[in-house]
Amino acid sequence: MSETLTIGKALNLGLRKAMEDDAKVVLMGEDIGKLGGVFRITDGLQKDFGEARVVDTPLAEAGILGTAVGLAMRGYRPVCEIQFDGFVFPAYNQIVTQVAKIHARSRGRLAMPIVIRIPFGGGIGAVEHHSESPEAYFAHTAGLKVVAVSNPVDAYWGIQQAIAHPDPIVFLEPKRRYWEKAEVDVEATPDPLFASRVVRGGDDVTVLAYGPMVKTALQAAAAAAEEGRSVEVVDLRTVSPLDLAPVHESVRRTGRCVVVHEAPVTLGLGAEIAARVTEACFHSLEAPVLRVGGYDTPYPPSKLEEDYLPDLDRVLDAVDRAMEF
Amino acid sequence: MVDPVPGAAAPHHAPRTELVQLLTPEGDRVEHPDYSLQMGDDELRAVYRDLVLVRRWDVEATALQRQGELGIWASLLGQEAAQIGAGRAMAASDMAFPTYREHGVAWARGVDPLHVISLFRGVDNGGWDPVATGFNLYTVVIGAQTLHATGYAMGIQRDGAEQAVLAFLGDGATSQGEVNEAMIWAASFSAPVVFFCQNNQYAISVPLERQSRVPLYQRAAGFGFPGVRVDGNDVLAVLAVTRQALQAAREGQGPTFIEAFTYRMGAHTTSDDPTRYRLASELEEWKLRDPIARLKAHLSRSSIADAAFFESVEAEADELAARIRSGTLDMPDPAPTEMFDHVYAEQTPQLAQQRADFVAYQESFEGGEH
Repeated sequence: MSETLTIGKALNLGLRKAMEDDAKVVLMGEDIGKLGGVFRITDGLQKDFGEARVVDTPLAEAGILGTAVGLAMRGYRPVCEIQFDGFVFPAYNQIVTQVAKIHARSRGRLAMPIVIRIPFGGGIGAVEHHSESPEAYFAHTAGLKVVAVSNPVDAYWGIQQAIAHPDPIVFLEPKRRYWEKAEVDVEATPDPLFASRVVRGGDDVTVLAYGPMVKTALQAAAAAAEEGRSVEVVDLRTVSPLDLAPVHESVRRTGRCVVVHEAPVTLGLGAEIAARVTEACFHSLEAPVLRVGGYDTPYPPSKLEEDYLPDLDRVLDAVDRAMEF
Repeated sequence: MVDPVPGAAAPHHAPRTELVQLLTPEGDRVEHPDYSLQMGDDELRAVYRDLVLVRRWDVEATALQRQGELGIWASLLGQEAAQIGAGRAMAASDMAFPTYREHGVAWARGVDPLHVISLFRGVDNGGWDPVATGFNLYTVVIGAQTLHATGYAMGIQRDGAEQAVLAFLGDGATSQGEVNEAMIWAASFSAPVVFFCQNNQYAISVPLERQSRVPLYQRAAGFGFPGVRVDGNDVLAVLAVTRQALQAAREGQGPTFIEAFTYRMGAHTTSDDPTRYRLASELEEWKLRDPIARLKAHLSRSSIADAAFFESVEAEADELAARIRSGTLDMPDPAPTEMFDHVYAEQTPQLAQQRADFVAYQESFEGGEH
């Protein structure tokens, strides 16, 4: 059975399904109840599941995550909504020193099946702290897993898989793509959560992206095709753990690799991927692994964000540079 | 004496009348209009035994640290009554969320001292089972556990269970944002959690006056729930106050903040030197309120215990100390691969690869070790 869904609606239906399937699932966050969240991702859920399962919390992010830890210890599966990426930092202590560590600290006696939903990335004309890409902070922390979906199909299945998963997951939602639509087969067998996927085949260059940049990469590949270049696009889907086996296979064939993300380039995910691809595919590479990302600046005022964010031209420029080696 | 900070509050000395007390520092039993306590002689002797044994454990652990056998030790010296009183007030089904100094509570919950020692020896991050003991693992980051306690209490509410949570914190922790968030959550959801603050007067070296302009128990009013200050060196008063607060929580009356007014007789941990930040006279003054001496005086004077009893407790303490010493020295190091094994419930391919690489590296040395 297929439905045409936006990413936002797919998340809403995925959350609803997860709550129906498991009475221990509890949603927590600011404004997620009556309002349905500032992006309406939880729209209607409090009405149907009640205030104990869809909890409008006080305005304090550490409190949301810290109480989620206690609920998880009690056998619940909290799904915490952080309203915007830049607001996660008051909860950073709880996520990094507690959520990530408790399974190891207890030698596996205590599980932390917590999902931390974060609408992330720019492109919506917001003021500061509403457009950031904090994935590297979390991917660098042992004990956490980080997922970044790019389309309604992965949004629908991914949120359910993340909630059912036994480890804590930072679940990044591409907020500027919330309104993108696609057909979702709600009876299909989904791909595994921690698996990357080739979303467009090609022979000249492998372009890697995740979350909001997948669409940009696909647009760049389409534009490159008009110029006779064959670009393969891989949607990483998971940031930590990375699933690079399909990437290595692709790069061994194309000999060229470009990594695209919105986060600042320095010490971003692209650096990690470049190192790993170089290590695994050194003898196949025709060019160094190139990175396209945000600049090493605070996220700029919205009138400048189109200059800051990678667009298809910057991706194409990197493809050209890779081909010139 | 440092110059006072402009605008800083003058040091306050709480009037003694604020303190809930059932046993005077001289060991006289007194009544309190709000808190009563009926205890049989056996139970009184058992409480005394607890106090003596945890102090002996603490002394032995401090010695082991000085001899290089523990990386560090956080001494509870002086806080035995606060911890034994609180721990004994809990029902078996209640859950404790400790900091890293609650050895007395661990004892009252039946946690083996060697499990606690293993954390400070660097063998693990706490070897006991938090679910089986109702005593969570130690939390080193200040105040973080108060939110865990509140969330756990919210889980109790959802389960409709008759249980309560006892969240431990120190005076310094009350400055943390997360502790304030925990109290806001607890109040807003009327969660069955009791905040048990051991005000031992210092956050490492910084005195209470730098944390608060008001007595800590008065802060509870601002969050909308009761605050009470109990003599933390009076094990009977701590037991009565905590028992009542936990019962209120179980009955749906929401949180209570208990300030156990006490004193840390030793250093914050074995790494600091309290002579740099406090006066010897202060220590001498608090020695007069020693929690063990006062209960001993009461037991003797009331003929609840005799010399033979006190001797038997001392002998038992000697045995415990010997067991802690030999158990510490005999403690095996963990298997090196263990660091990879519990990072995730579901292992990641990257970490599995690192583990395999590590094993291969280890095995590359003769005999599998280097």
